[in-house]
Amino acid sequence: MVMEFIRKTGLFLMLALLPSGLLAQEAKWNLPEPVTPLARDIFQIHNQFMLVIFIMFVVVLAIMIYSIVKHRKSRGHQPASFTGPTTRSQIAWTLVPFAILLYIDFILMGIPAVHSIQLMEDTKQGAAMVVKVTGSQWRWQYEYMDGDAQGIKFLSNLSTPQDQIYNQQEKGKDYLLEVDNPMVIPVGEKVRVLLTASDVIHNWWVPAFGSARDAIPGFLRETWVQAEKPGRYRGQCKELCGKGHGFMPIVVDVLPQEEYKLWVAAKQEEMQAASAGADKEWTMEELVSHGKGVYEKNCAVCHQANGQGLPPAFPALTGSKIVAGPNLDADGRMLVDSHLDRVWNGKNIMPGWKDTLNDVDIAAVITYERNALGNSVGDMLQPSQIKALR
Amino acid sequence: MATHSENQYFVPTPSLYPVFMSVGILTLASGFIFSINNYNAGNWMMISGAALIVLMTFFWMGKVIAENQSGVYKHWEDKSFRWGMIAFICSEIAFFAAFFGALFYMRIISVPELAGFDPDFTMHKDFTDAWPSLGPGGDVIRYGGALETYAPPSNFSPMGAWGLPAINTLILLISGATITWAHWGLLKNNRKQLVLGMFLTVVLGIAFLLCQAYEYHHAYTDLGLTLGAGAYGSTFFMLTGFHGFHVTLGTIMLIVILLRCMKGHFTPDRHFGFEGVAWYWHFVDVVWLGLFIFVYWL
Amino acid sequence: MSYSATAHHDEHHDHPTGIMRWFTTTNHKDIGTMYLIFSLIMFMVGGFMILAVRAELFQPGMQLMQPEFYNQLIGVHALIMIFAALMPAATGFANWMLPLQLGAPDMALPRLNNWGFWLLPPAAILLTLPFALALIGIGDGAIATGWTFYAPLSTQGGIGVDFAIFAVHILGISSVMGSINVIVTIFNMRAPGMTLMKMPIFAWGWLITAFLLIATIPVLAGAVTMLLTDRHFGTHFFSAAGGGDPILFQHLFWFFGHPEVYIVLLPVWGFMPQILQTFSRKPMYGYKAQVYSLWAIGVLSLVVWAHHFFTVGMPIPALVYFMFSTMAISLPLAVLFFCWIATIWRGSMTFETPMLFAIGWIILFGIGGLTGLVLADVAADAQYHHTYFVVAHFHYTLFAGGIMGIMAGVYYWLPKMTGHMYSETLGKWHFWLTAISFNLTFIPQFFLGLAGMPRRIPDYALQFADFNAVSTVAAFVLGLAQLIFIYNVVQCARGGKKATDRVWEGAEGLEWTLPSPPPYHSFTVQPVIK
Ligand code: HEA
Ligand code: HEA
Ligand code: HEC
Ligand code: CUA
Ligand SMILES: [Cu+2]
Repeated sequence: MVMEFIRKTGLFLMLALLPSGLLAQEAKWNLPEPVTPLARDIFQIHNQFMLVIFIMFVVVLAIMIYSIVKHRKSRGHQPASFTGPTTRSQIAWTLVPFAILLYIDFILMGIPAVHSIQLMEDTKQGAAMVVKVTGSQWRWQYEYMDGDAQGIKFLSNLSTPQDQIYNQQEKGKDYLLEVDNPMVIPVGEKVRVLLTASDVIHNWWVPAFGSARDAIPGFLRETWVQAEKPGRYRGQCKELCGKGHGFMPIVVDVLPQEEYKLWVAAKQEEMQAASAGADKEWTMEELVSHGKGVYEKNCAVCHQANGQGLPPAFPALTGSKIVAGPNLDADGRMLVDSHLDRVWNGKNIMPGWKDTLNDVDIAAVITYERNALGNSVGDMLQPSQIKALR
Repeated sequence: MATHSENQYFVPTPSLYPVFMSVGILTLASGFIFSINNYNAGNWMMISGAALIVLMTFFWMGKVIAENQSGVYKHWEDKSFRWGMIAFICSEIAFFAAFFGALFYMRIISVPELAGFDPDFTMHKDFTDAWPSLGPGGDVIRYGGALETYAPPSNFSPMGAWGLPAINTLILLISGATITWAHWGLLKNNRKQLVLGMFLTVVLGIAFLLCQAYEYHHAYTDLGLTLGAGAYGSTFFMLTGFHGFHVTLGTIMLIVILLRCMKGHFTPDRHFGFEGVAWYWHFVDVVWLGLFIFVYWL
Repeated sequence: MSYSATAHHDEHHDHPTGIMRWFTTTNHKDIGTMYLIFSLIMFMVGGFMILAVRAELFQPGMQLMQPEFYNQLIGVHALIMIFAALMPAATGFANWMLPLQLGAPDMALPRLNNWGFWLLPPAAILLTLPFALALIGIGDGAIATGWTFYAPLSTQGGIGVDFAIFAVHILGISSVMGSINVIVTIFNMRAPGMTLMKMPIFAWGWLITAFLLIATIPVLAGAVTMLLTDRHFGTHFFSAAGGGDPILFQHLFWFFGHPEVYIVLLPVWGFMPQILQTFSRKPMYGYKAQVYSLWAIGVLSLVVWAHHFFTVGMPIPALVYFMFSTMAISLPLAVLFFCWIATIWRGSMTFETPMLFAIGWIILFGIGGLTGLVLADVAADAQYHHTYFVVAHFHYTLFAGGIMGIMAGVYYWLPKMTGHMYSETLGKWHFWLTAISFNLTFIPQFFLGLAGMPRRIPDYALQFADFNAVSTVAAFVLGLAQLIFIYNVVQCARGGKKATDRVWEGAEGLEWTLPSPPPYHSFTVQPVIK
């Protein structure tokens, strides 16, 4: 009963001086429902600890209140004059709270915590598949490293429209917690999640999974997920990573095995189609219209939808010298500091897109930038030219 | 416990030096910031700020010396200065500890870790944890326009321990001895020994700095060892650089003390100024031993 | 402790008057006053910034500012509150009260003392200048990395980071100068007969603070220096490309950052027992136990720093070590709590404003400490880390434990410092409004954290809206409540009922033997403690 109550409400309910009626139904009082063994473990620990500190708080508070009420001058209480534990029994008394806390810290809280740490770090044993997650400003990339899904790789961008963020439009139900391409994993399988980043530190966190781990540029970190219930789970980046930090959510679809297989097959096909696209000859209109989509998804956060950028941090592409210059030399090699070079390799804060966009996307976005956003260079890049560079 | 008979602590008269000193520091710092961010006005601010600081140090210290000469500092004040100097040197030790910490961290933790990721997935395939290390290089991090100006060379040689560095170690050790010898002279009221000892110490300090300057030149021109040379270059230059900076300050202080010795400012029982600088010099000496062992040798 | 101060010490007023008095002063009381005023001003500045933040967070969606500016505000808010409000307030008390409590003629190194203060305004200028520069087109504003400077975000940042680096350097020099002064004063300036174990516990709190500052501030200085060279001179301390590691920065930062939280509280733990003792008219309980606990906290605080980044992926033994050592800090703190409560136990209590703040402080800081205890748990921290749960935790410790503690001290000593009584009615209003609105501001943040709201985000999902709205409204009330405080303090400085020498019926200690306000030079002849 008691545990049930705690689980539902979260102990802080009792601490809250707020009448709960003030707050609407949606307000949540405790950690979300756990769906992995790890999250369940953490949830139990959390509840137990909240109970422990709550009891400590109440006991100490009660003693204080008793004293404040009884030992006041206005009640004529005469001050005692003791100054410290002097006799042996007094010293023993003083040590009691010390001993209690020792027990609480290292036994009551300590042992389950150590158990939980071991569980948390046990990323490899029994893992059915490996997914590599790369954080960049401000999107996640998911890459399936083995098994059927090997080779699947895609970016996952915030899909909430700017108009909702700037209050031009009614906010949707999953405001700021929705993406264009969610990560997909099968239910019941242990997934080993490798984490890294391409620019600054990010943190991949899905509360229902109980996994939060930093993604550090140049380093590999890992965590694991074994979701027990199909569903759609949402989380957010939780390491400050620049202006878009509040806008890089994580969405994970946990699918039943068969559906997952279907998803894998569909995704593989999609990727194949894309790479086939690299061999065909594209027209200017096709490239520009495809490039517009790529631009708005990936580039507009910094360079803005109209290409004006946010100088001095993010340069305008409209009228940029780099955009106006040539991309390839006569032999089809990339020119240093060309438009293509900048997009391909990045520079400073500008990310390199070599590994994150495919040939068609790169060719299209460059063509788009050269012939839209107020620019009219007039030339185009073919996806096949990009393919040749790889 | 303050066991002092006179019972009147000297509280210095109001003074403007601290305020001007702070203004100087503000000007120097903001000038430096503008300058490294390519605003040229910064250079002028830096120069004027630095000039103000130098000037104020000169006046401030001059005032302290004058106060001292006028005899207002007695035993009690003297003790304050001693405690103060000890606390200050402790904070300097903590400063160097940060850089030593960075060195140990890189050698023991980050470089081996970068080399030791799961071989199936690692991004640094051919990187080994050998020290000295340049790091896995290139593709991981794109930030820092500075990287281009200070591009690390593709390879470099570390600084050997048993050439100049060993000589420098010897120089500093001897200078520690000469300053102690000078101190003995002071205690015996032997002015000649004092001045000679101090003079030798100053000369050794300058010799050390010259060797160090030569070594840096050698590193940049012959060894390909630059600030940009990965973990090794970063720690090598920051540790030895800050040490060199402290030696420079120490040498300047030594010169001042030498002049004061020649003027006969110190007596066998009252010479905090001398001792404070001597402590500082020993501290610089000990830091060098740490450097020699952990940066050059091991 | 019998010493009667007479006015004849006051005869030589050999200092300039007007503004020059403040620029040039070497007097510990003048310098203390400047520290306290500076702190109050910066508290308003920092509070003002965060009110803008709270206004932005009132509703989902971006209303008032761009995300970059939001990030700048929170980082500068934190740096100002900690370095320019809380620490100077503590140093101000040290300057005012240490010489009086120890029976010393002044601080040991008065000119250095003056410099320590005058370094602060330049630092505050460096912190806030980038906001102004951005308006005239130089750079893109202040540091936008939070107060923690984490590389590589800070390596990537703009000119604001450079300004913050030098601000930290200067604040660091100031703190180290202040600490040297405190250490020397305590070791060398005590009245004859006052052994270390007889000295007021405030001095102990500050002595340990000073040791911690000397041990850790230079490490922070080193860390930001490495950041500077990484940014501009091509070193690779914090970049994997050169074999460095962003996590190295976190180690260095928190080696300073964790002790820092005790640095700001140790002075408060020092004078709080004196307040409790005064208003319960009963000797302090467990002086020795408290001194040992303060030491234990000081020492332990140096070896637990990594609990701020449990989620970066450390080896298991490191996790377990840092968890247990962090938890161990709760032991000496429990002793302190025990002693505080035992001090009021069976006393004869009255509830003037300082006492109200002191009692409220114990309870609220208790909440902060207890939630800290669960944060120390590595597994659970995976959920709490970098959420509003942590934000709530550290405002319970920093605002309730720090600022409210300081306010207790201000009310306690204000009559001594100004010679006038403040308005008790306004003081009580200030306390109750502060306590209530503070809880209403930050309790919702515990729930926000549990519900999954990360910190440092300018905009949030819809399910967090209600709690944020409550928090924002309460934060504004909290801000307004501080206006009462300012009014009360200013009025008290300008005049009012004369304060007696002893001020409080139960007050004990050398400072209460002097007139209120004390003469410009007090204890030029030291009292002898028997
Ligand atoms: C003054 C400030 C202060 C103080 C005193 C503390 C005290 C403690 N803190 Fe806190 N902490 C911060 C300021 C402070 N902290 C800040 C600023 C941050 C965030 C920094 C950032 O990321 O920006 C932080 C973050 C922080 C974290 C990292 C969280 C995260 O980012 O994931 C952790 C983890 O272990 C932690 C733990 C603790 C612990 C164990 C204590 C212990 O010292 C607490 C010990 C006290 C007790 C155990 C209480 C004992 C009381 C009783 C027994 C009875 C009480 C009841 C009544 C009186 C009614 N703190
Ligand atoms: C001593 C430290 C201290 C203090 C006193 C405060 C005081 C306050 N803090 Fe702060 N805070 C920090 C230290 C502190 N904070 C730190 C370290 C961080 C982490 C930063 C980071 O992530 O890097 C932080 C972050 C932080 C956040 C999280 C931001 C985020 O993560 O996105 C929030 C959000 O609510 C917040 C709120 C407040 C509020 C409402 C107060 C209030 O208590 C302030 C009340 C005071 C005033 C309001 C000023 C006085 C009154 C006036 C000026 C009169 C005018 C008033 C009106 C007109 C109403 N703080
Ligand atoms: C994280 C923010 C960010 C994103 C996302 C981003 N850019 Fe950039 N971009 C920058 C910055 C910063 C620069 C300036 C780099 C420098 O020279 O230091 C830049 C420079 C450029 C330039 C050179 C402009 C000039 O005149 O210097 C081009 C072209 C460009 N980006 C194209 C793109 C394209 C195409 C995309 C998307 C596929 C994109 N950018 C996404 C931040 C970004
Ligand atoms: Cu990515 Cu925050
Ligand atoms: Cu901490």
